[in-house]
Amino acid sequence: MEQFTGRVWVLGDDIDTDIIIPTEYLAMKTIDDMKQYGFSPLRPELAAQIREGDIIVAGKNFGCGSSREQAPEVIKALGIRCILAKSFARIFFRNSINNGLLLIEQPDLYDDMKEGDTITVTVNQDVDYQGKTYPIASLPENLVEIINAGGLVRAMRRRNGLDQD
Amino acid sequence: MGQTVIEKIIAHNIGADSVKPGDIVTAQVDRVMLDDIMIPFIVDKFKEMGFPKVWDPDKVVLIYDHLVPASQQDDTRHFKIGDAFVEQYGIKHIHRSDGICHQLMTEAGYVKPGDVVFGTDSHTTTYGCVGAFSTGIGYTEMAAILGTGTLWVKVPETIRIQIDGRLPEGVMSKDIILRLIGDLGADGATYRALEFCGSTVEEMSVSSRMTMANMAIEAGAKCAVFTPDEKTAAYCGIALDAFQRQLVGDADAVYLKTMTYRAEDFEPVMACPSQVDKIRNVSELEGTVIDQVFIGSCTNGRLEDLQAAARVLDGKQVAPFVKLIVTPASRKVYEEADRLGVLRTLAEAGAIITHPGCGLCCGRTGGILSDGERVVATNNRNFLGRMGTSKVEIYLASPATAAACAVAGKIVRS
Repeated sequence: MEQFTGRVWVLGDDIDTDIIIPTEYLAMKTIDDMKQYGFSPLRPELAAQIREGDIIVAGKNFGCGSSREQAPEVIKALGIRCILAKSFARIFFRNSINNGLLLIEQPDLYDDMKEGDTITVTVNQDVDYQGKTYPIASLPENLVEIINAGGLVRAMRRRNGLDQD
Repeated sequence: MGQTVIEKIIAHNIGADSVKPGDIVTAQVDRVMLDDIMIPFIVDKFKEMGFPKVWDPDKVVLIYDHLVPASQQDDTRHFKIGDAFVEQYGIKHIHRSDGICHQLMTEAGYVKPGDVVFGTDSHTTTYGCVGAFSTGIGYTEMAAILGTGTLWVKVPETIRIQIDGRLPEGVMSKDIILRLIGDLGADGATYRALEFCGSTVEEMSVSSRMTMANMAIEAGAKCAVFTPDEKTAAYCGIALDAFQRQLVGDADAVYLKTMTYRAEDFEPVMACPSQVDKIRNVSELEGTVIDQVFIGSCTNGRLEDLQAAARVLDGKQVAPFVKLIVTPASRKVYEEADRLGVLRTLAEAGAIITHPGCGLCCGRTGGILSDGERVVATNNRNFLGRMGTSKVEIYLASPATAAACAVAGKIVRS
């Protein structure tokens, strides 16, 4: 079972896509150009503080708002390994899966979580935080297929005979 | 077992007798909408996926709206990439300066009742106003549709919203949908469909229904749908066929829940900074001083919205310290408002009338604000930083309320 440990950033309820990456930066050429502005309306200093392998823990409705796929791409480019939230907005959820960014729903962790602490995630099983275990559900099969293919672009390349299994 | 409207549309699309919530199906896409912000990313992903051609160039509509006219140096790059894509793949439909994508998709006849439509903008839910199943997606999924003509869809549960009676004077469909978002919460309809019914929505114009379907996403909804009727047929310039005529929720359909409202109970409301579900009656906010008013967007930039504002502003003057920005949703709306003297009324009252497009709604053209300033706006989102700095306060309201606030220089009822 895939397992990883990471430092946690705690964000609140209804973290919308305008907070994750404001519209004024969406027309920049690359995700790498944009990523320094990630979360800037809420926490301008955050993007520079995130390190590879960090984890976001948030409240309900994470990723609500626009369909901009730059939002999960910016989060992934900043090095975030996965997001655990009470719930996710649906377009953001699909966009994240299609880019191989792992999202996990967990109802209780957010209420207990202190920023800066570390947690250990065992995919499709549970989260360990200071010895306490928080169960997590498995992803639906059709989404696992996309993730296992390495995202939707890879799945389509394979379909079109450009990549091998 | 009866079916909800969305279940009927999806079942028809996949050639099944029926579907039920939770079913994962592969939909055959009737139309897609690509917008200017996303086009470079769509083209990159499409090429990376290795498709030799677009599945059906007649089903693809590319619309430049967020970035028109360009306000940053890099913006025209998006138009160049879009134009090259249209040329290379023989895309049949492109609008370069005709207005907002969601307005054009129904106004120009690209969406019909019962269609399944996807767009790279979250307010693609708007097309439920004519009885289509439509929702927003990301650019990677759009690229996959351009190659395959299909997309997987999980059949949503449906929340039925029944509204009967006559709306009070000064109350618009915007006040209804804002109240509903407040009642549902910003995530209250996540993964779900909203189905509107009752005498109030039957009486409504297609434009008023657009406002409500447009904002369904602000409660997290996957889509929102109105039963197509004679008004829909006239708006779309078609006669409804047998399939389209039966797009009504069956009496024995299974709904997640039904919410029932009396039209007479609605009153003018606002969504307060900075959450779409922080709804207050305008009467509770009266006296709050404002700096700017924005009337426009795919939510409320149509002729009836400008007319509602003009009725309030006729013979009056915008408060001297307030900038009133009016942005028609499309070229057609602009021309009709001009022909009917609506623009003249607005201009004489002191409005700044801009070119059709997304305008201030996404904070990418003139009118952005700075710390401590307040704006009353008719668009759909009041998120942090949407119209300037993160310390700008955005209040969402109907065009009638917004116009009244512009005159008073503070929040008031129309």
